Amino acid sequence: MSQSQLMSGSKILLECLAREGVDTIFGYPGGVTIPFYDAMLDSPIQHVLVRHEQNAAFAAQGYVRSTGKVGVCCATSGPGATNLVTGLVDAMMDSIPIVALTGQVPTKLIGSDAFQEADTFGITRSATKHNYLVKNINELPQVIHEAFYIANSGRPGPVLVDITKDVFQGNAHYSPVTSIHLPGYKVYTEGHTGQIRRAAQMMLEAERPMIYAGGGVVLSNSSDELRELVELVDAPTVLTVMGLGALSAEHPNFISMPGMHGSYAANLGMYNTDLIIALGVRFDDRVTGRLNAFAPHARIIHVDIDPAEIGKNRNADLPIVGDLKRVMPKLSAVLRELKPEYLERPGLRAWWKQIREWMEEHPLRKPVVSADEIKPQHLMAEIDRLTNGEAIVTSDVGQHQMWSAQLIRFNKPRLWINSGGLGSMGFGLPAALGAQYANPDKLVVAICGDGGFQMSLPELATLQNYGLNVKVIIMNNGYLGMVRQWQELFYANRLSQVTLDSFPDVEKLAAAYGFAGRTVENPRDLAEALKTAFETPGPYLLNVRVTPTENVFPMVPAGGAINEMVMGPPQPAALTR
Amino acid sequence: MLQIISLLMENKTGALMRVTGLLTARGYNIDSLTVARTLDPELSRMTIAVGVEPHQRRQLIKHMNKLINVLQATDLTDSPSVTREMVLMRVRSAQESRTAILKEAEIFGARVVDSTIEGFALEATGDIEKLDEFIDIMRSYGEIEVTRSGAVAVSLEAKKLRLSPPVPRGGEEARMEEKNGVI
Repeated sequence: MSQSQLMSGSKILLECLAREGVDTIFGYPGGVTIPFYDAMLDSPIQHVLVRHEQNAAFAAQGYVRSTGKVGVCCATSGPGATNLVTGLVDAMMDSIPIVALTGQVPTKLIGSDAFQEADTFGITRSATKHNYLVKNINELPQVIHEAFYIANSGRPGPVLVDITKDVFQGNAHYSPVTSIHLPGYKVYTEGHTGQIRRAAQMMLEAERPMIYAGGGVVLSNSSDELRELVELVDAPTVLTVMGLGALSAEHPNFISMPGMHGSYAANLGMYNTDLIIALGVRFDDRVTGRLNAFAPHARIIHVDIDPAEIGKNRNADLPIVGDLKRVMPKLSAVLRELKPEYLERPGLRAWWKQIREWMEEHPLRKPVVSADEIKPQHLMAEIDRLTNGEAIVTSDVGQHQMWSAQLIRFNKPRLWINSGGLGSMGFGLPAALGAQYANPDKLVVAICGDGGFQMSLPELATLQNYGLNVKVIIMNNGYLGMVRQWQELFYANRLSQVTLDSFPDVEKLAAAYGFAGRTVENPRDLAEALKTAFETPGPYLLNVRVTPTENVFPMVPAGGAINEMVMGPPQPAALTR
Repeated sequence: MLQIISLLMENKTGALMRVTGLLTARGYNIDSLTVARTLDPELSRMTIAVGVEPHQRRQLIKHMNKLINVLQATDLTDSPSVTREMVLMRVRSAQESRTAILKEAEIFGARVVDSTIEGFALEATGDIEKLDEFIDIMRSYGEIEVTRSGAVAVSLEAKKLRLSPPVPRGGEEARMEEKNGVI
């Protein structure tokens, strides 16, 4: 390309996207984005037409979470932009780098209540890491490159660029941007050398260390670095719902997920430890339970790229602000150097013995099978057996999400994709769509509840449209199961608005979209039904009728201490009291 | 006690909203906020006085520093600093108390900016408590109307301003860096 040439805003935008390595946009066109969609016809960048803008953001997230590349979604002004908001907040909570492009009414109409006008810049201010309103075509290239840089550096997150129609339509002399300058945007990557040394020493001196790792390890692509560190410290390791797969589920140091629905061993470990090594985690309330009763005997080493996470919920005795990808190898180097001084670690041996005892006392992965009905745990165990830790699994939010996280193994990062922080129902299907698009040869399974599935149901058309072979497994208990569980346990079983009747016939539903579907309710048919679903070419809809009133255990009641878990349903004696 | 926050920020559309958004999202009510450009017209200096629980203050400053448009956020509440406010006031007074009013104004270092048969317009600057006293005293002379500027503060310590340098972006180098995991 010559140094400077006259181009339309739409073309300039596409050129900048190409320079950022974008190959796919998930979106939905509308009035003001027509000029952009027109230019797209001549661009090599692919566009996936979803059926609702919220799902464009979720699909972009599925693309990001499964590949590590920045995802792009696009919507028109007004309702298109407002429909994106849930997906943006979801990405914000889970630190997922997406760039959202929205159209805005022409500059001269802004503020006039024009057709499909909304204050997208104002509405999305708190839904994004940063956002822009572009009214001047000359600013467009700079803004686009800034948006990608901000989205994918430091603690990643969504960035929205709102572009007026006249910018899309206007022409300007375009010359490529070579650098950007954001003087106030600071990214701390290296970690403090002295702190790193002290941390390594604390790790080897601890008698009952626990490694508590999360989404930060996945986001920074530092699984290998984590494994090395885990093996050097030889600490029991728990992974948050955002971190599953960051250390292989097969690794001998992996215990399970901690927290509200974490395992007995993970929670007692977190309660009794004398040193928590927190790596890319944020001490979320679903992990800590009642904060003042969380890990009361522990000192805390907290490594995070975001300084605002340090000391937010739990004070850190030793904070390290930095990128895990840089900090963990430095920690490992010091550990290797110091380790000869700590050959005898008798406390650690006793600690492992204790952890193993807890694991045996209440194993998370114990068979729960009935001859008459499919237990949800049975369903997850079968999915686990057939996927063998290798498939991409997305989920919605609720009971099925927790059972999936507890019972399905993930041997690599970026296989388990769920809405961890925001807990958005309807996330599973569009996220699977994006993940399958990015990984056409991989088995992608969307595990949905019967509630969340119906929130994103229109995307079945997108699956068929683009030949995306997502296997949608509906864990159907006829209830909004998690809300029902809480109503049962904490509201005297007074069930209010949790029954989901009139669920459609999935065989007919799938057929209406042009692919295969089936309902299974007999436990004897489950394994074969799943196998068929996974092996049948094309998308597949499998509706699995499970025990309607099964509850997820262990459970730390909201506001409870993590060592006070409810391990199962109340015993009959307790019920008659 | 109010938290006094001083911010150096880019003079850009929406920057003010991002800062106040952090406060409103947490349900904090802003007592006063002043903002104006600095010697460098591309930057603004903002002073906020806001009621924040002491244990939340550090967290709030960290979040402000995370804003892309904010170059530096500093908590001046307990650090060496000077905080001043200006008040403009109209006092309606009876003929016999005019001299007394001028005396009081002199004690507080206030200037007369307008004088009519009905009374005076006065201008005073000082720290917040001193102005509170001044207003109380003037009220005793008759009907007053007051406009306060809100607090402006300056740190008495030289704080090192760390700015990020430009980064290569938009061409092959950015793509290569991403591939190599530099970013």
